[in-house]
Amino acid sequence: MGQQLTAPITVTPPEQLREVRFDDVMETSINEILVRYPTAQAALLPLLWLCQEKWGWISPGVTAAVAERLGLSPAFVEGVTSFYTMFLRRPPGRYVLQVCTTLSCQLCGAGGLVDHLKAKLGIEFGETSADGRFTLIDVQCLGACGEAPILQINNDYYTDLDVERLDELLDGLK
Amino acid sequence: MEPILLRARGTPNSRSIVTYHEAGGYESLRKVLGLQAETVIEEVKKSGLRGRGGAGFPTGVKWGFVPRDLPKPKYLICNADESEPGTFKDREIIRVDPHMLLEGIIISSYAIGAHVAYIYIRGEFYSEAVILETAIAEAREHGYLDPNVLNSGFAMDIHIHRGAGAYICGEETALIESIEGKRGQPRLKPPFPAVVGVFGCPTVVNNVETLASVPHIIERGGEWYASIGTERSTGPKLFSVSGHVKKPGVYEVPLGTTFREIIYEICGGIRGDKQLKAFIPGGSSCPILPADKVDIGSDFESVAEAGSMLGSGGLIVMDETVDMVWALENLLAFYAHESCGQCTPCREGADWALDVVRRIRRGYGRPEDVDTLLRIARFASQGMTICPLGDAFCEPIRSFLAQFRHEFEAAIESARPLPPKKQPVLPVRPGHGDFGL
Ligand SMILES: Cc1cc2nc3c(=O)[nH]c(=O)nc-3n(C[C@H](O)[C@H](O)[C@H](O)COP(=O)(O)O)c2cc1C
Ligand code: SF4
Ligand code: FES
Repeated sequence: MGQQLTAPITVTPPEQLREVRFDDVMETSINEILVRYPTAQAALLPLLWLCQEKWGWISPGVTAAVAERLGLSPAFVEGVTSFYTMFLRRPPGRYVLQVCTTLSCQLCGAGGLVDHLKAKLGIEFGETSADGRFTLIDVQCLGACGEAPILQINNDYYTDLDVERLDELLDGLK
Repeated sequence: MEPILLRARGTPNSRSIVTYHEAGGYESLRKVLGLQAETVIEEVKKSGLRGRGGAGFPTGVKWGFVPRDLPKPKYLICNADESEPGTFKDREIIRVDPHMLLEGIIISSYAIGAHVAYIYIRGEFYSEAVILETAIAEAREHGYLDPNVLNSGFAMDIHIHRGAGAYICGEETALIESIEGKRGQPRLKPPFPAVVGVFGCPTVVNNVETLASVPHIIERGGEWYASIGTERSTGPKLFSVSGHVKKPGVYEVPLGTTFREIIYEICGGIRGDKQLKAFIPGGSSCPILPADKVDIGSDFESVAEAGSMLGSGGLIVMDETVDMVWALENLLAFYAHESCGQCTPCREGADWALDVVRRIRRGYGRPEDVDTLLRIARFASQGMTICPLGDAFCEPIRSFLAQFRHEFEAAIESARPLPPKKQPVLPVRPGHGDFGL
């Protein structure tokens, strides 16, 4: 497909995320988000996205800062964060591999990709490789079933995959 | 049929506002700004347009439910959550022609008296969200999104709200909760969103394809639209075709086109020239149909008469090699994962049904298992739950057993005897990949 290679996630280590502050750049973005909604609470999902983009994941320290900024309790924010599977509550690898295992992809050979990925990376679903490069996750239908099987790497979709293309792709990700 | 929703597919730079203008884009909006809102609603009623998100509710009628005199802001929400397995048409619209969608949103907002619209897009559609951001910026520059749209006095803006991985947020009240910054758990209805929706205000939720149809209806008239398709299922419809066909993809056909034509002519037939075994006509929540139903029309009525639903038009095609026990297990794994957990019949029922089907597939089925599944399907559907996700996993159970019961029974009959004195080892559900957990 001649697609540009996916950029790695910058994953901030837990010890640097015990306590966080929003800098001026983030404050500007937060204020831009807040004007879109009549309530501050409605800014929660966009703000969590903003934090995950910046730090790579949502630590308890990030949760606390988000809660304080929006006037919510940390328990409430944690409740929301944990409901949505895309918010990562542990530090992931630099590349999060999400392979679709729902019916249409399975009909088109996703099972083979899964076996190959697990063997090649030596990890199971939900695990991160020892070198911190890859986290492997099984996901439900990615809404692109006509191009099955599909792997999402960070923000990008890679479609119509087979084992050879997959190998080539992964070897390019450092 | 000439392409309508997909007319820009294949055009270079089809996403840019320049290309959209060249094709006559935003002319419908200009036309509408001179009309009464009621006139716009009447035109959409005349077109017969029915919601493309799954339920097929008449769009103009839905808009009419919004209490216009209520002194509260009104909101329009474009549902771009697109998470029903087998459905990928909204993504195609966004990737091919985002301005068509924006124009539809602006016109529809005008019709219901909304000045702010949100596009709720599933979190995985990152590049599609970027495409929409770019299109919104272009529309702002050209005065289509403005405190005074084209000097008409009408104020309008659109914001994107990204989901974060939860199928249930496609359900309109869960989606509303999610915009409000909460867990995406459906609300009890009534009150309906048209009266009490997002932020406690009247809200219309419409699917991407529904809204994208609106500029065409305004441009060429409700009667023209109603002349396409069948009498009660009007207009063109996008079908997302996946599974064992030679040419999967998104195709636009008049409603009522037979599934035979879609599968064998448009999609080139079954991969490897195998036999068709079954198809799911409208996305994974719709009952599966056996191959001998392939000659029915793809309109809402014909599909219902055949015992299924048109849903979102996600056509999943399966050839003769597919093991139906395996396929049902796969679908139930989806619903067990996606239940929001509020209602016991849905939360527990989906898990139990999955465990039972999984043990049948693994060769540990018990003679009573088919009845157990049917019992679960009875107790988790038809009004026993807050939202229709209960029905969404019960319909597959019922229909797979109605059409392919013999495969389940054969698997049970050839079940291995259990090791002495050991209870069957119920499979431990894998971590669902919820990396957050
Ligand atoms: C479990 C569940 C999931 C749904 N997912 C979607 C979806 O992803 N996209 C969508 O447009 N509608 C979805 N719907 C339907 C919406 O609730 C709503 O009816 C629809 O967005 C209305 O738009 P329409 O009238 O234009 O079809 C879902 C419904 C249920 C019960
Ligand atoms: S039926 Fe299922 S998904 Fe719907 S509200 Fe109840 S538990 Fe949640
Ligand atoms: S089934 Fe994999 S993208 Fe839909």
